[in-house]
Amino acid sequence: MAAERRLPPVSQLCITSMVLVVIGGIYLAAYLPGAPSLVLPTILAILAAVVMAANVAALSRVKVFAWPVFFKVIRWALLAYVITSGMIELVFVLDGTPAGVLGLLTAMLAIYAVDIPLLLAFTVARYQPA
Amino acid sequence: MQSASALPASSVAPPRERTAHAGVEIVPLRGLPIVAAILIALLVAIVGNWGWALMFFHVAGGGLWTGVDLFVGLVLGPILGRLPVEARIEFSKRFMPKMMLIMPTLVTVTLASGWQVARRYGFLAWPYPMHWWVTASFIVVGVMAVIALAILEPANLAVLFELNKPEPDGKLIGQLMRRFIYTSGITGVMQLATLIIMTRLGTP
Repeated sequence: MAAERRLPPVSQLCITSMVLVVIGGIYLAAYLPGAPSLVLPTILAILAAVVMAANVAALSRVKVFAWPVFFKVIRWALLAYVITSGMIELVFVLDGTPAGVLGLLTAMLAIYAVDIPLLLAFTVARYQPA
Repeated sequence: MQSASALPASSVAPPRERTAHAGVEIVPLRGLPIVAAILIALLVAIVGNWGWALMFFHVAGGGLWTGVDLFVGLVLGPILGRLPVEARIEFSKRFMPKMMLIMPTLVTVTLASGWQVARRYGFLAWPYPMHWWVTASFIVVGVMAVIALAILEPANLAVLFELNKPEPDGKLIGQLMRRFIYTSGITGVMQLATLIIMTRLGTP
């Protein structure tokens, strides 16, 4: 059974990264339209990016995996999540979000837009024959 | 992969039905123009800062999202949980592709318009402690987003790909469906919290 292959904890790391981004996003949103401190959300975004990078690195070392299925799913998922992230970004731009906050939100959206497609593609491909 | 002979008797389909499993459409292409039209209309409403349209998208989208979550989690979920694997597979083949389009669209529309409504009508500027209701809504949405995006949606997609195999693994589909049903129940209950928060925010 394909699910019995030993694989890195991609799903868990994706969820960890996403939880960090969501906490940072909630913190920022709770203070808008005021001027929130960027220290905590910046630390959370950096941690999320590090976890995501480690996740991608760990997955890229896997040799026996249903890579064609993985790339098929991630391609379309990336398209969908880039569109929705772009819409959210547009909302923040139109609202005149301050530059520092906007930059941080953009970084968080970028992590989200990669993280979820990665999770979707991995979850599908892990059950497919390599 | 588990062989068909290892599946429970109720989950082993005759050859003709097994062939039919291979044709599951993962994303219903006919629905994509509708989704595109809705998202474009949402963009127009946001760019134009059109109050009525923003409120329409938020109320309609939020109502449908809450309704679907409660119905799937608390009504359909328990029923599905008691069905034999083969029945769940037949249901999933018809139900899950539609959910692949409906739920992300509803969530995007509700959240994007909701943020704009909150900004336009001054909810974001409320002072604490009243602002806690707004913050609570962010927390509930954040938790629901993690559950939906990290557990529900991947399980949904994995089931659809499994159904596209010539011989779907009934045990795996059962496991993934169970995950789908439990998490739908959790988000359904969390939607009750959303209803309380939203009605509180809407009460002067």
